[in-house]
Amino acid sequence: MTGVTNYSNRQLTLLVVLRVLIGWHFLYEGLSKLVNPDWSSVAFLLDSQGFLSSFFQSLATNPDVLKIVDFLNIWGLILIGLGLILGLFSRLSIIAGMLLLGMYYISHPPLVGLSYSVPSEGAYLWVNKNLIEIAALAVLLVFPSWKQIGLDRFIFNR
Amino acid sequence: MSENIEKNKETTGFSRRDAVKGLATVPVLGAFAIAFYRKRKHARQLRNSILESFSLPSEQTEIIEEVPKTRKIRLGIIGFGIRGPQIAKAAGFLHPENVESMKKDAKANSADTRYQEFIEQEDLNVEITAVCDIFTVYAKRAQETGSNIERKGRDHKSSALPVIYNDYRELIADTNVDAVIIATPDHWHAPMAIEAARAGKHVYCEKPMSWSVEETYELRKAIRESGIVFQLGHQGRQTEAYNKAREVVKNNVLGSVNLVEVTTNRNTPNGAWVYPIHPQASPETIDWKKFIGQAPWHDFSLERFFRWRCWWDYSTGLSGDLLTHEYDAMNQILGLGIPDKAVSSGGIYHFKDGRTVPDVLQTVFEFDEYDLAMLYSATLASSKSRGKVIMGHDGYMEVGSSLTVYADRNSTRYNEKLKNGIIDPSIPILSFVPGRKSIDAVTSATEQYFAGRGLLYTYRGGKRVDTTHLHVKEWLDCIRSGGVPSCNIDQGFQEAITAHMGTIAYREGRRVYWDRENEKIV
Repeated sequence: MTGVTNYSNRQLTLLVVLRVLIGWHFLYEGLSKLVNPDWSSVAFLLDSQGFLSSFFQSLATNPDVLKIVDFLNIWGLILIGLGLILGLFSRLSIIAGMLLLGMYYISHPPLVGLSYSVPSEGAYLWVNKNLIEIAALAVLLVFPSWKQIGLDRFIFNR
Repeated sequence: MSENIEKNKETTGFSRRDAVKGLATVPVLGAFAIAFYRKRKHARQLRNSILESFSLPSEQTEIIEEVPKTRKIRLGIIGFGIRGPQIAKAAGFLHPENVESMKKDAKANSADTRYQEFIEQEDLNVEITAVCDIFTVYAKRAQETGSNIERKGRDHKSSALPVIYNDYRELIADTNVDAVIIATPDHWHAPMAIEAARAGKHVYCEKPMSWSVEETYELRKAIRESGIVFQLGHQGRQTEAYNKAREVVKNNVLGSVNLVEVTTNRNTPNGAWVYPIHPQASPETIDWKKFIGQAPWHDFSLERFFRWRCWWDYSTGLSGDLLTHEYDAMNQILGLGIPDKAVSSGGIYHFKDGRTVPDVLQTVFEFDEYDLAMLYSATLASSKSRGKVIMGHDGYMEVGSSLTVYADRNSTRYNEKLKNGIIDPSIPILSFVPGRKSIDAVTSATEQYFAGRGLLYTYRGGKRVDTTHLHVKEWLDCIRSGGVPSCNIDQGFQEAITAHMGTIAYREGRRVYWDRENEKIV
């Protein structure tokens, strides 16, 4: 069994629980958008602030680009969610999840002096839930659990 | 034992232990599916139980049959100050300098899509063959605009130049003109429209339809006798949300409506009609006599020429300029017609610049047949946004570029559902954002927030469309197909009489009545 770290049962269980919880979050975010025919990322993109705001806003103003962004976002969320829950292509899913969250974060950085049209449900300064979720995914990346619990076991342990 | 496992692996590839560990998290998906199903079911039930109380407006926006644009229509434009160029743009003509500056703005700011929208605006198959303005600079500008048929900037090639007329009667008489656009000061609207109708030319006339009460009747008569296609310039007729609002009212979602509040709030010099004075304007470049027309004589005045809306001599004040938009929206939604009574009050409170029209105005119209009052409240010295509200016993509706309906917390009809918590009076029971596919009964807070700011209207569904463009297009379609435009002479007559009633009530300080039988203001 090469490449498998020796975690205690407790360590392994909690790593898997964290992975599944984040996966659940991604999956529902994706599916809830998929079943809402009126959902679009346009409002979120137009509300972008910070140093990359003009890039994110420009995505919203071109209807063709917007369609692609919406599609990628919905299916990205769903596939990442499934990947994390099932432990399938886990490394790829985690990295993709971090990238997606990273884009959410830099398009809406919670910096001093920036305010957003959509009121947030909490109070954030520099650190918000996206950033924490990125850090949690980074932890999962360096403490792999999928080679033991997850469909990747069948792929990597052959 | 480990030997056994290894052996097992060699034959099947995986041990049972592998399978259990590999598939350990799969049941989570089952739990997710159950949760997801329940969530969806709950949302559906909530929606259906709200919808038991009323029916939704049709999902589809009215699809207007496309009229083939086979015949080129030749336009003459009279008046090229502020509104004239805007209507020309809606028809597909913009001065090369304006195209150039829009291009520049688009380059500097990628979110500025005005240039692209203008280039993509539907070609209406029209040409501008004649223009008329009594200020030579504007006339020249109109001519250059009309010749820019390729919508180009600095690199434009002038095609045949439209003919410049100093006298509108000559423009109307020109055999190369099929239809005229009138965008002059108010006191010229009716005389020009009457002249055009009598010459058999179709008319698109800016609002208000008339400056005096008498000419309102005369204009209606001229239009009816001539059979030409007349469109009054209330582009709000093309606002999608108003059409939906009309359906909501028809479906009796609001219960009995007894009060409607419409407002105007502005707080800039431009908004208060203090327009800039052109540096080249002088008695040499302006034909002052032709400006005065039927107005009382006054010596040459640049203020009066450029800021004519500030004087009753040429204008109809807040009533004609801005109340008419609000009234026409409500007439479109509620089908009110002409009110039975009107009272007004107000004054010149902020702009003490020699104007004669008020900058603060309150007018109340009563519609006896509907047991309904419409309050119009306006100020030119505060930009607090108040919107349009239709208040019913069971619910109220806020109308703008979007539409939201709230249940009234003391509604009789929704009483049961309010008590059961199915309907929350602080959350819209119905909302509509133009450009989106559907109108629905459950709206998230975020969507609400953006709808209120009109952000979704601007970009969703691909293109933003200029309502004036749609209004001009409708007029041209009717000319080609023989149809009747949405703001035709009868709607215009109601608009003009209503505005005059408000104005007379203010100027004479009395309650004004509409004698329905004799069609007279008394």
